[in-house]
Amino acid sequence: MSRRPLLREFPPTTWYFRQPRYLRYMSREITSILIAAYCVLLVFGLHSLAAGPAAWEAFLLTLKSPASIVFQLLVLIAAVYHAATWFNATQKAMPLQIGEYFVPGAMISGAHYVAWALLSFAILFLAGVI
Amino acid sequence: METITTDIAIVGAGGAGLRAAIALAETNPALRIALISKVYPMRSHTCAAEGGAAGVIKPDDSFDMHFDDTVGGGDWLSDQDCVEYFIHEAPKELLQLEHWGCPWNREADGSVSVRPFGGMKKKRTWFAADKSGFHILHTLFQTSLKFPSITRYDEYYALDLLVDDGRCQGLTAMEMRSGELRQFHAKSVIIAGGGAGRMFPFSTNGAIKTGDGMAMAYRAGAPLKDMEFVQYHPTGLPNTGSLLTEACRGEGGILVNKNGRRYLQDYGMGPETPVGKPQLKTMELGPRDRVSQAYWHELQKGNTVTTQWGECVLLDMRHLGEKMINERLPLVRELAEAYLGVDIVREAVPIRPVVHYMMGGISTNTAAATPLPGLFAAGECACVSLNGANRLGSNSLVELLVFGRRAALSAIEHLQDLPPANTVALNARAGETQARIDELFSRSDGTESMSGLRKEMMDTMEKNVGIYRTEAGLKEGVDKIHELRQRYRRVILTDKSSVFNTDLFQVLELGSMLDCAEAVTVGALARKESRGAHQRLDFVERDDTNYLRHTMVYHQGMDSPRIDYLDVVITKSPPGVRDYSGDHK
Amino acid sequence: MSNSPPRSHPPLAAPPEGAAASLGRPGGSSERTVTLEVLRYDPDTDSEARFQRYEVVCQEEWVVLDALNKVKADIDPTLNYRWSCHMAVCGSCGMMINGEPKLSCHAFLRNYEGVIRIEPLANFPIERDLVVAPDDFMDKLKRVKPYLIPKQEKPISEGEYKQTPAQLMKYRQYSMCINCMLCYAACPQYGLTPSFIGPAALTLAHRYNQDSRDGGRKERQEVAATHEGVWECTFVGACSEVCPAHVDPASALQQMKITSSIDWIVEHLIPGGKP
Repeated sequence: MSRRPLLREFPPTTWYFRQPRYLRYMSREITSILIAAYCVLLVFGLHSLAAGPAAWEAFLLTLKSPASIVFQLLVLIAAVYHAATWFNATQKAMPLQIGEYFVPGAMISGAHYVAWALLSFAILFLAGVI
Repeated sequence: METITTDIAIVGAGGAGLRAAIALAETNPALRIALISKVYPMRSHTCAAEGGAAGVIKPDDSFDMHFDDTVGGGDWLSDQDCVEYFIHEAPKELLQLEHWGCPWNREADGSVSVRPFGGMKKKRTWFAADKSGFHILHTLFQTSLKFPSITRYDEYYALDLLVDDGRCQGLTAMEMRSGELRQFHAKSVIIAGGGAGRMFPFSTNGAIKTGDGMAMAYRAGAPLKDMEFVQYHPTGLPNTGSLLTEACRGEGGILVNKNGRRYLQDYGMGPETPVGKPQLKTMELGPRDRVSQAYWHELQKGNTVTTQWGECVLLDMRHLGEKMINERLPLVRELAEAYLGVDIVREAVPIRPVVHYMMGGISTNTAAATPLPGLFAAGECACVSLNGANRLGSNSLVELLVFGRRAALSAIEHLQDLPPANTVALNARAGETQARIDELFSRSDGTESMSGLRKEMMDTMEKNVGIYRTEAGLKEGVDKIHELRQRYRRVILTDKSSVFNTDLFQVLELGSMLDCAEAVTVGALARKESRGAHQRLDFVERDDTNYLRHTMVYHQGMDSPRIDYLDVVITKSPPGVRDYSGDHK
Repeated sequence: MSNSPPRSHPPLAAPPEGAAASLGRPGGSSERTVTLEVLRYDPDTDSEARFQRYEVVCQEEWVVLDALNKVKADIDPTLNYRWSCHMAVCGSCGMMINGEPKLSCHAFLRNYEGVIRIEPLANFPIERDLVVAPDDFMDKLKRVKPYLIPKQEKPISEGEYKQTPAQLMKYRQYSMCINCMLCYAACPQYGLTPSFIGPAALTLAHRYNQDSRDGGRKERQEVAATHEGVWECTFVGACSEVCPAHVDPASALQQMKITSSIDWIVEHLIPGGKP
């Protein structure tokens, strides 16, 4: 007999249970579904705004239902998680070399967090929340 | 048995083999080149070299100084015509590597950096951090991918040279993944199979360094030269034998004994130089043979440090600071941390000498040709007599470039006006390999275990052919290796599978190592003097009257080998005193 | 290593002047019996792979490779695996250790408890036991043209191409790849889509693209900037987590995506633009 290489199947649907890091990756990818769902919600909001004050009031009321609040909380968590993974990734995708040395990755990611916080404050301020 | 017909076959795809293959492909793109190796090229042991490669490049340096350092470092056993050729080719080869992309360290102005190295009077060692060999190997391998005329036979284990009509015309090899034998018919063969350090138990060498190329040439009638000169590197990790590069000392690391004394000053390498200000060619920048021998003397005096891994001295690099260590010695830091749990930034690291390099090998002339027509050799497996009795650190990475290329050019010259091959005769030779392998598989009277024989060989080499040698010890060594070679004929092959049978390859490698070990022991017994890495307690002086000669060992089947001598080529530097006392006279 | 447990022996310090020093424990480190569960497959006799257990007496400071070597020498000569340098630079001894791609010469027994499960590198065909066929990786490496394609040819007699330390640092990290293929074993995209050029090969393309002496990026982009190239990567990031040489292939691939996007924008959205 001679060689007969053994091929092992890569499970196409269950592979992400093999490793915690694969699960982390999948959870990051799944956040996009929730964010997409929230985008659909916003489109509905715009639609009801265009349909007149009554429709808009009804829409706002729906937003305040317990189920809707739970949904929005989930979306918020997903969005924060996704943003964090994104910010953490920036140091890999955009390394910054000054002279011979690279700026520490934490500074690049950190700068994104700082910008995020400032922008959030600005929006909340403009919206009159703070 | 399938026959592969090619123009030039190269055995070994490390630094020398790859350099040869590229030189062949560049010189004549029409040549068919078979590059045969028992491992994928990136696995070759060139990758483990750390410190760097020597070549005269800076204005304060000169060819004459590189010449003198090399010849003196080799204790005048180097052939001086060879050294002359080498030093002139060295910078060209290193520049060529630069042009192929090798990431050499740089000065602020963009020119290449050089660092100090043991036994060298000037800074002339080009380096890529402390992974110089790794970068050289990968640069060569990646560059070789450009050339369609290089056909690689990765994981083919070379077995025997095919010799007919008094010249080498090819070889047999086994495809490791199928267990099938192939014969390569080639007009020239270049061996670049590396050293044989694994015949010793404590070695910086990777598992693959079993002297297969040396043994293959030796069995085919080519002599092995100066095999008794085995280099101990002074600074190996005491548990794994991993190399801590000489650049540790080049950058300013110091060696101290258990009393904190820089003991090298007691062995002709002093007086002491200021800590952190290494001075070329003295103290810690003495040559490897002397520095390793000093350890042995410290051991006799009881000045070594007792560790759980045996008796050590300490290599202290703390004063270099974290920044410099990370920049220039990152691998050293990583190795010491991982395998020993020592952070060299904060602690001194215990080290001891470890077998590192074979100065000897297949006898070649300056054209990289062996006495067997059609057979060429380069790299550690060859003894072109550049390194003499002791190689200077950072000469060997250049050696494999210079003589890898030279072997290629010689192999091309050999192609001219060759009579046609006698295929029937070559097939018959290849049949002998087949019979040898078949006998191994069908052997029923086996009594000896491979690992048992291997251990006995290693123990013998360590006990009898170490840093210091004696008549009685060497006699015992010669007898024991002879006995082991007889017993090897009854070794058991446990694994009979045809696919990637590493039991088989280890048995074959053991055969290679035993052949090489025999040449080392008989050469050492016959050389009744002390020179370079060959130190005899019973003949403590160098003897230029009787031994300014190369030892030539010829294989005689199962009988003891025949020893002959060849005069050293002296062109301009008569044997003198090796002076490592620095400028303090 | 981020999660390295306490060391098995005390740290060493240079002994004070004049003091007799004793480091570690003379007479050897502590022993421990380790159970290895190794995937075996011999095409000559087996139709399937199977696990085999070995009990090995090991030194606490050993690596998994040392344990395998002991099995091979003293227990079972028919066990097969590749190894050479024992210092994590030759890249031969990659295998799955408790499901994680590792160099066995760099997998310390002190980091493992209980049975240690050893399998061949994932995502490659098994030739025998722990030996896989790396042919696919070798082919892909060649396809990305991982060699210097000089901007300007220059004869050797004119000396070196100048390169400042800063220019060197720009690509040095990506030149450290030892081709051990752990990143391919870790990458689910490679497992799912075998035509993916993969982390190590693409990183080497990036290494040369970033080299100040090189002018070959456009040629390499023909392979690298395709759906089999960087766009197959979804940034799982496993490659960088398992890389024993700290090359960070994930970083290289994301940078390549950015430059390849810029190329696209220049070509399609800027009139007369050429990438």
